[in-house]
Amino acid sequence: MEGPAPVTATQPGRAGRAPRTPRPAAAEPGPPGGRGRHSHDLRYSDAEEQLRAAVRDLLSDRSPWTAVLARVESSEPTDTALWHTMAAELGCAGLLVPESHGGAGASYREAAVVAEETGRSVAPVPYLGSAVVATVALLGTGDELLSGLAAGRTTAALAVEFARVPPGSGTAQPYGVRVGSPRPADEAGTTRLTGSVAGVADALAADVLLVPADGVPFGLYAVDARAPGVSLAPVVSLDATRPLADLTLDGVPARPVLMGESASRAVAAALTAGAAMLASEQLGVAERCLEMTVAYVKERRQFARPVGSFQVLKHRLADVWVAITQARAAARYAAACLSEGDPDTQVAVALAKAACGDTAVHAAQECVQLHGGIGFTWEHPPHLLLKRAKSGSLAFGSPDRHRAVLAGLVGLPPAP
Amino acid sequence: MLTQDGSSADDLRQRVRDFLAAHDPLSLPRLEFLRARFDAGLAWVHYPAGLGGQGLPRALQAAADAEFAAAGAPDNDPARNGIGLGMAAPTILAFGNDEQKARWLRPLWTGEEVWCQLFSEPGAGSDLAGLATRAVREPDGDAWRVTGQKVWTSIAHRARWGLLLARTDPDVPKHAGLTYFACDMTDPGVEVRPLRQLTGEAEFNEVFLTDAVVRDSDRIGGVGEGWRVAQGTLMNERVAIGGGAFPREAGMIGLAAAAWREHPERRTPGLHDRLIRLWADAEVARLAGERLRQRLAAGQPGPEGSAAKIVFARLNQDLAAFDLDLAGAGGLLYDDWNMRRPESVSFYGRGPGYRYLRSRGNSIEGGTSEILRNIIAERVLGLPPEPRTDTRVPWKDLPR
Repeated sequence: MEGPAPVTATQPGRAGRAPRTPRPAAAEPGPPGGRGRHSHDLRYSDAEEQLRAAVRDLLSDRSPWTAVLARVESSEPTDTALWHTMAAELGCAGLLVPESHGGAGASYREAAVVAEETGRSVAPVPYLGSAVVATVALLGTGDELLSGLAAGRTTAALAVEFARVPPGSGTAQPYGVRVGSPRPADEAGTTRLTGSVAGVADALAADVLLVPADGVPFGLYAVDARAPGVSLAPVVSLDATRPLADLTLDGVPARPVLMGESASRAVAAALTAGAAMLASEQLGVAERCLEMTVAYVKERRQFARPVGSFQVLKHRLADVWVAITQARAAARYAAACLSEGDPDTQVAVALAKAACGDTAVHAAQECVQLHGGIGFTWEHPPHLLLKRAKSGSLAFGSPDRHRAVLAGLVGLPPAP
Repeated sequence: MLTQDGSSADDLRQRVRDFLAAHDPLSLPRLEFLRARFDAGLAWVHYPAGLGGQGLPRALQAAADAEFAAAGAPDNDPARNGIGLGMAAPTILAFGNDEQKARWLRPLWTGEEVWCQLFSEPGAGSDLAGLATRAVREPDGDAWRVTGQKVWTSIAHRARWGLLLARTDPDVPKHAGLTYFACDMTDPGVEVRPLRQLTGEAEFNEVFLTDAVVRDSDRIGGVGEGWRVAQGTLMNERVAIGGGAFPREAGMIGLAAAAWREHPERRTPGLHDRLIRLWADAEVARLAGERLRQRLAAGQPGPEGSAAKIVFARLNQDLAAFDLDLAGAGGLLYDDWNMRRPESVSFYGRGPGYRYLRSRGNSIEGGTSEILRNIIAERVLGLPPEPRTDTRVPWKDLPR
């Protein structure tokens, strides 16, 4: 049972502000999804660039692609040491947490820049699941978990399918977990959860699971990931750098965090933020694909010249670059809208997830193709980027799903 | 408003109000008002003082324009002199001498003197540097005689000046032998003929230059430096074509969305998928244009203008094709094949058939999308050029 799922207190479609520029008569009537504000800064600030540089330094040093490839073949798919440095020492885990709870009190704009960098490096760290999705679910609560999350002492995951479609898509999606009956020996007020959720991202690295559970009312609960009755079974994932797990709960004691409407809103906000930051991650993936491919075609020689001098390859790479210029604007707009609680947020996130998902997959497929034979090997990095790009485009709503949401938001109804 | 200093926007608004108090926009003759606005430094505020501006950030222009519009002041009808304002002015500012700036910028801004662009030739389109129009210096050195044929010249029939790229030295490689001039379009050696295009109308002209006289004082930049100056003009052209500011659902996507909402009976699942993709692409392109302008305003010009032009051309073409497909039986009609000479290009006063045909030109004019991809690949991505045989030999020895 999912709530009406607005991301912020303001509803899209009821534009709170008049547009800055009058619209030409040819374009009337206006789209119900609002008109798009003009005052968001879509550039990167100096502070954001400094944050980017620090994260990139760390990830290039500690997570080169050779290390990523070695790790996906190991029994420890998450780089917990790297995550600890990133979370605690660089402060990436607490970006979205208010200073009153030990965080940086930064905004989604900074969080998006970090996501771009984790995408570039395909880093096996639970940044998206813990520092974005789980953290956002708790943001309005002042819950005791927040300070642990902010400091990087605790890692959490929201127990939803990574493939869960976005709020507002009109599809009924049960959460798979229900509030069960207390056991005879339980103290009064004890809640126990039972059920299962398939394909949860970043759960294997989590200390705490935030579990949306159907019941009366619907609620969001905190569960110790190591409690008896919790089973997290790794599944073979398309993107082994972000392994999924099937979660089963068998009468596990749980602490209520939010109940009813506020729980629905928190989960929807977490999913929306997750989709937006994943869009920025995909932007980083696309950029890395382009850079890697450009470097390769400058060096690879056939027919006595660099293959990058052939116009057919140049035009394909130019098209990737053009797509990235577009995707970047969409990702920045989504991050800015989220940061400021803009009523256009849902439109912005749908645009960004669709544009960045398509762009990352396009860039990664070109990366494999333009590397030729070596791009098809296990020993060379394009496949890591392709798998991250494709699974990222499917997660939290595919580009087609988000365009369908967009059609509803902006008043373009389907054919009868 | 994106300014580091909100107070400078307020200062500017106050200056406009002071100016309006001294110059009643409703009673002064239009031209007199516009000249006074230029002289007060309120024409293009990012231009230097004395040349219609006051060296302010470009982003503040909108604040000034809004004040003037609110007062009902006449504007300089920028659509009528798009090449002048979008290309000639920045070229003159960047490469002209002080005398030229003082002479040309004021009547250009007020619209008294319309400018056109004499670049392309029948034998020099994408390979612009191969152009054959010859400029030969007169023995006294004060003037040049120009002979050749230019083509795709918008508004040449109304223009007072033409930005002319001509070959002054055929004995050096092609890029090195070009010089940039302002050509007086009233010279008797300049003949302008309409060039009818596939839409039926003639936006463009052919310009025949026969011993046309161009004064050396109208040369912009050094002899042999024409290519470098032209590059500056073309980058401005691409920004001008791809980078205008507009609200959500303005332009072609607005027409398509409105038709979709008004005609449920015409909807199909395939058209719906196309429309929502186009809507998303158009909105993202709008945001990318916004980001580009923000970077330009902050003095961070980037190569994204080339991307904007490629995206704009593709979107316009796909949207126009969508319009026609959605129109059904109406798509089989055309509004008017009569040969006309439109004052400016507008997609909105005409039918979907016109938009479909006219938009095909969007990926050809102002640099084809293929040439833009070459530019992106080589200048932005740093990919190696194709092996070429035409850049190191004297122009006169190239096979033709």
